[in-house]
Amino acid sequence: MTAYLDHAATTPMLPSAVAAMAEQLSVVGNASSLHTSGRSARRVVEESRERLAKAIGARPSEVVFTSGGTESDNVAVTGAFQSRREQDPARTRLVVSAIEHHAVLDCVEHLVAREGATVTWVEPDARGVVIADAVRAAIEEDPGSVALVSVMWANNEVGTVQPVRDIVRAAHEHGIPVHSDAVQALGHVPVHFAESGLDLMTVTAHKVGGPLGVGALVVKRSMALVPQTHGGGQERQVRSGTLDTPAIRGFAVAVEESVGRLEEEAVRVAALRDRLLTTALGLGYGITVSGAWEPGDTTRRLPGNAHLLVPGCEGDSLLYLLDAAGVECSTGSACQAGVPQPSHVLLAMGVPEQEARGALRLTLGHTSTDADVDAFLAALPAAVERARRASGMAS
Amino acid sequence: MRVVAAMSGGVDSAVAAARMLDAGHEVVGVHLALSQSAATLRESARGCCTIEDAGDARRVADMLGIPFYVWDMAARFKRDVVEDFVAEYSAGRTPNPCLRCNEKIKFAALLDKAVALGFDAVATGHYAQVVERPDGGRELHRAVDPAKDQSYVLGVLTAEQLARSFFPLGDSTKPQVREEAKDRGFYVASKPDSHDICFIADGDTRRWLTERLGEQPGDIVDAGSGQVVGAHAGAYGYTVGQRRGLGLPRHSQDGQPRYVVDVDARTNTVVVGTADLLGVNALTGDHARWCGPAPEGVIEVGAQVRAHGEEVPATAWADGDRVEVRLSERVRGVAPGQSVVLYEGTRVVGSATIGAATLER
Repeated sequence: MTAYLDHAATTPMLPSAVAAMAEQLSVVGNASSLHTSGRSARRVVEESRERLAKAIGARPSEVVFTSGGTESDNVAVTGAFQSRREQDPARTRLVVSAIEHHAVLDCVEHLVAREGATVTWVEPDARGVVIADAVRAAIEEDPGSVALVSVMWANNEVGTVQPVRDIVRAAHEHGIPVHSDAVQALGHVPVHFAESGLDLMTVTAHKVGGPLGVGALVVKRSMALVPQTHGGGQERQVRSGTLDTPAIRGFAVAVEESVGRLEEEAVRVAALRDRLLTTALGLGYGITVSGAWEPGDTTRRLPGNAHLLVPGCEGDSLLYLLDAAGVECSTGSACQAGVPQPSHVLLAMGVPEQEARGALRLTLGHTSTDADVDAFLAALPAAVERARRASGMAS
Repeated sequence: MRVVAAMSGGVDSAVAAARMLDAGHEVVGVHLALSQSAATLRESARGCCTIEDAGDARRVADMLGIPFYVWDMAARFKRDVVEDFVAEYSAGRTPNPCLRCNEKIKFAALLDKAVALGFDAVATGHYAQVVERPDGGRELHRAVDPAKDQSYVLGVLTAEQLARSFFPLGDSTKPQVREEAKDRGFYVASKPDSHDICFIADGDTRRWLTERLGEQPGDIVDAGSGQVVGAHAGAYGYTVGQRRGLGLPRHSQDGQPRYVVDVDARTNTVVVGTADLLGVNALTGDHARWCGPAPEGVIEVGAQVRAHGEEVPATAWADGDRVEVRLSERVRGVAPGQSVVLYEGTRVVGSATIGAATLER
């Protein structure tokens, strides 16, 4: 038996989403065609758009379907940057948190390297929270130069939920639009687009029990974006390309279901997470938890996120040993050619590089049970002892 | 046994991993990330540390159904292999980085980490044979394919390292291995062999060294006349026995071609001379490593002084870390810094790093 504790990487599809998608896969129809089959597909897409919009507190016309989180982040950051610069050439500065996913980070670095953008990175506090006042201070260095603010809704590594509404308020005082990558938040903590005040929001299907390869960028009607994909003019001209009707249908079903049962599921998953953390911290290996954690809490940290620092271990050794013991998890940080890099999130939170190398991320989800937590806790002591012996051998 | 198969992404290590699995071992594939910039993408398929190579290795592991990991040994590799390489050239010697990598990385850092994680041994795609003696000890022997034999670069392994090493390709020829890879459906079957030095992408060692050491202009002196006959941009760029790239007038006064006969790092001088000055028959080596118990007294051996060189009958005498080797015939172009590997028949006795090479009459 394998204990799958990497739901933040991707989570199993919900049976209802599989059924809806599978049914749609055998139906012909391009949603852009004018004949009967096309209209049928179009209807499925629009109904899905409405269901999705309702579940996330947005208007259907604000939903732009994409291929997933990375594309949505790229369209949001690049499209908004270019559009704002067109309206006012002085607006070339991006105010971005230092703990963003690489889909935002690398996009920003691309704009800095190739399109004359500048960036002000906003550092988080030691728990991984991006304080609204820090965003405000970054903006007020020169408000007239800012094109866009981007701060994720919840961090993918340490699970810290960000004060999105406060950040939006600070930016809107200066009339600056705000984007938030809500990929990890959707379906796990309450996400309401209209109430958040956001101008742009990234979501994806496969983190909430939908299929891989489909996501959406939620765009306020007032927000102009320069398209990044050119072609048939689908999705408000923002994102051309034939719509993936089956995936979109599965996406909407998954979001509706996971948002619908969010409250009880958050409590259930957080209880598993709390037991995992409490026991792991009590093992006597000096293990610490990163980020903002308070047992019972389901709003300040993603309910399913457990992020550990194991002193004296290399995360990749732990990963191998746990994998060999049937426990699947992650170091949490990005890989380059399969080599885990010290996490930029932990470094930004002030964790020393050596400690950051012992990072282990366990993320629970809708299929997680007590047995998964037990399997991890049973495998951990031997893995830590082995990994400690191996550490230093390779550096 | 639980075995780590070191997988470079090439055809040899792919077949080696497959053979270990066939032999009934529990195999986990490990690709070593050795490049400082893990994102380095090179144009051609040479070297052993590109993203493409890691991807090829992963694909083979997938086909074999074995777990696969990338272990980052870039820092160790830089310190123990790359910096050693620069320091050796800088001191006027000609190092063999593959040998150093085997000594310090593959059968040290990798093996140690594997053992600490609960593995019993490491398997690689080197062409060499491990022969188990009746007493349980293990001997390192040449591969059956003389064209591919890599026992020379493994001559640094100690008995302890050998005890935990597998070379599943030692009984095969390269064409057999390629054929087997094809039969197994590995698409790396036709991938070109890696050659040259994996961390020098374009193979231009002199330019690579110049980027790191800077230009250090000096004289090229003729050994016969003692006169300055040319100029160089850094003595580190020259190797004893080298003929090409000296930038000397095409014909010297006596009409005979000139070779590098000495590199004097202290005075930054490159000494050139005629071919007859290249012949040596006495070597002094240090940093001796024995693939078994250290030999006592004078031993009759075959000595090989470069990676693909001929073996020459010799006598050797070990004294602690040092080895004296007397060759039965003159050998040309023996560069200090290279290793002399000693054989008894096909068995590797040990090796040492050549410090001095002279002609004794």
